[in-house]
Amino acid sequence: MKHLALVSALALTLAACGGKDRPAELAAPGDGSAADGATGAGTAGAGDAASAGPGSAADFERSVPATVILFALDSYELSPEARMVLDAQAAWLSRYPDVRITVEGHADERGTREYNLALGDRRANSAKNHLASRGVAPGRMTVISYGKERPVAIGSDEAGYAQNRRAVTVIGG
Amino acid sequence: MTWRPILLLALLGTAAPVSAQDAPAPAPPPASAAQSAAEADPLVVDIEGGISSPMTVAVPPMPTPRSAPTPAGETGALGVRVADVVAGDLRASGLFRPSGPAGLRAIGYGEVAAPSYGGWSPAQALVQGYVEANADGTLTIGCNLFDLFARAQLASERFTVQPADWRRGAHRCADAVYGRLTGEDPYFDSRVLYVAETGPKDRRVKRLALMDADGAGHRFLTNGQTTVLTPRLSPDQRSVVYMSYVGKTPRVYLLTVGTGEQRPLIETPNMTFAPRFSPDGRSVVFSMAVAGNTDIYRVPVAGGPPERLTTAPGIDTGGSYSPDGRRIVFESDRGGSQQLYVMNADGTDQGRISFGGGGYATPVWSPRGDRIAFTKIGGGRFRIGVMTPAGRDEKLLTESWHDEGPSWAPNGRAIIFFRSAQGASGDARLWSVDLTGVNERPVPTPLGGSDPSWSPLLSR
Repeated sequence: MKHLALVSALALTLAACGGKDRPAELAAPGDGSAADGATGAGTAGAGDAASAGPGSAADFERSVPATVILFALDSYELSPEARMVLDAQAAWLSRYPDVRITVEGHADERGTREYNLALGDRRANSAKNHLASRGVAPGRMTVISYGKERPVAIGSDEAGYAQNRRAVTVIGG
Repeated sequence: MTWRPILLLALLGTAAPVSAQDAPAPAPPPASAAQSAAEADPLVVDIEGGISSPMTVAVPPMPTPRSAPTPAGETGALGVRVADVVAGDLRASGLFRPSGPAGLRAIGYGEVAAPSYGGWSPAQALVQGYVEANADGTLTIGCNLFDLFARAQLASERFTVQPADWRRGAHRCADAVYGRLTGEDPYFDSRVLYVAETGPKDRRVKRLALMDADGAGHRFLTNGQTTVLTPRLSPDQRSVVYMSYVGKTPRVYLLTVGTGEQRPLIETPNMTFAPRFSPDGRSVVFSMAVAGNTDIYRVPVAGGPPERLTTAPGIDTGGSYSPDGRRIVFESDRGGSQQLYVMNADGTDQGRISFGGGGYATPVWSPRGDRIAFTKIGGGRFRIGVMTPAGRDEKLLTESWHDEGPSWAPNGRAIIFFRSAQGASGDARLWSVDLTGVNERPVPTPLGGSDPSWSPLLSR
């Protein structure tokens, strides 16, 4: 079990040290090998990176207008543009019924941590529910919220916040 | 000047009104009035809202009856370090301005209990202690407090500790001084669990870390492979609940500190978060998101089915028990914005307590029961504030671009929280503030820090 690896790590009272336990999640953005790293905007998970053919993550990215949809401040309502993007994602997914997806929900930094976790969950579920309404079986979809933990834009400005209030559809999961 | 302070400090405690944010603060008395009042009345170290300058306390090096080597160092040298820790604790409270041990005369062992009352000016109080190595390998740290004006001994304590725990002996001495001079419960002999942060804002590495309340004895509990959030200690400090993204399944884990064993708090595919122990340590209250709706649940630590406490549509999270375990404060956006609510521990009788402008989040009930601390959001600022459990006497203690996540000191008279920097760094740091809002200071950590959880007193 993967969980148990952390158990042993926790048992140790690790001294503060630099390189030795530098974690894998410092991998480059978009590297799906990170233990818990969310994907960035427009970058799909690398789970199927070897294949760029039909039904692959690369195919998905090429075939849909966007993998990311954006939300208004403290909102989980889908904009007309978001619905259009999700419709296109659903159409692609209908062609590859064996492909599973993960919908990530994210929030901007101008909220408290726990509330933002819940808000990210709301956003991911908004996207999931819309995909389901377009025929994607709920059992193919996993949702995960990262709250404000994984911004794609690091500036503290409205343009950055707007990019971070997002749901990302990732192939795999 | 005819200062004649008597170090018997009045306890304003709960009797002192906490001014509401919009009410004018009581004006400080004119200096002359304060001076004349001091002739007759005890000097007051007012924890809550008074305007008083820090009390001056001399902490000379602590001598030893006989020099002896110990695993923590030679007893005489150790006496200097103990005095330094005592002075550091008192300074960090913001209520005292200690001098020493550096720069003060080294006292003889014979003076420890029979001080020279002169020569410490401008100090008002004097802390004299000693360090003695015992035959059984333990250390005894003596701790005497004197009123230099009344020429009276106010406290005399001895703490026996293992050499490795010498700092705890020093903290207990500082607690004895603080308690005697303020009338409040002690808090220095405690720890802080928090999330240590490194790395860029979009790839932050987060590790659980534990340290003494003054930053000593720092150690990491996880290695950073997985993002961890919102750790909270159990009342007996043997367990931790926290949220982890291990396996890309964000949920609450229950960790036994001594053994390192851990397990998910409950088995569910849903996200669980915002955990907090009940005061008796037997239950954990937490949030679970189900299909976009977040409610608060409670589950026995020993296992068993979770019990759902809230059912309103919306985000109900941030549950925190009252110290008697009978009520829970939480935040909910059921009314349209984040606000604070209180309910019975079984979920009945839910009522809103915050009504100010802006949003209210992350409520935590004081261990004394008399206040609830929270994060207030509004006007582009995030602030730490307190109010009564009935929602009265709101007082905002801090203000910055982003202050969040208060946690109470064991005596309910100070708060630790984190402050995030605006901009691309987004660096988060731990800070503390007392109930006056005046004594705000950074809490030193080796790396960045967030999500602090202040432990109960270690020596209860």
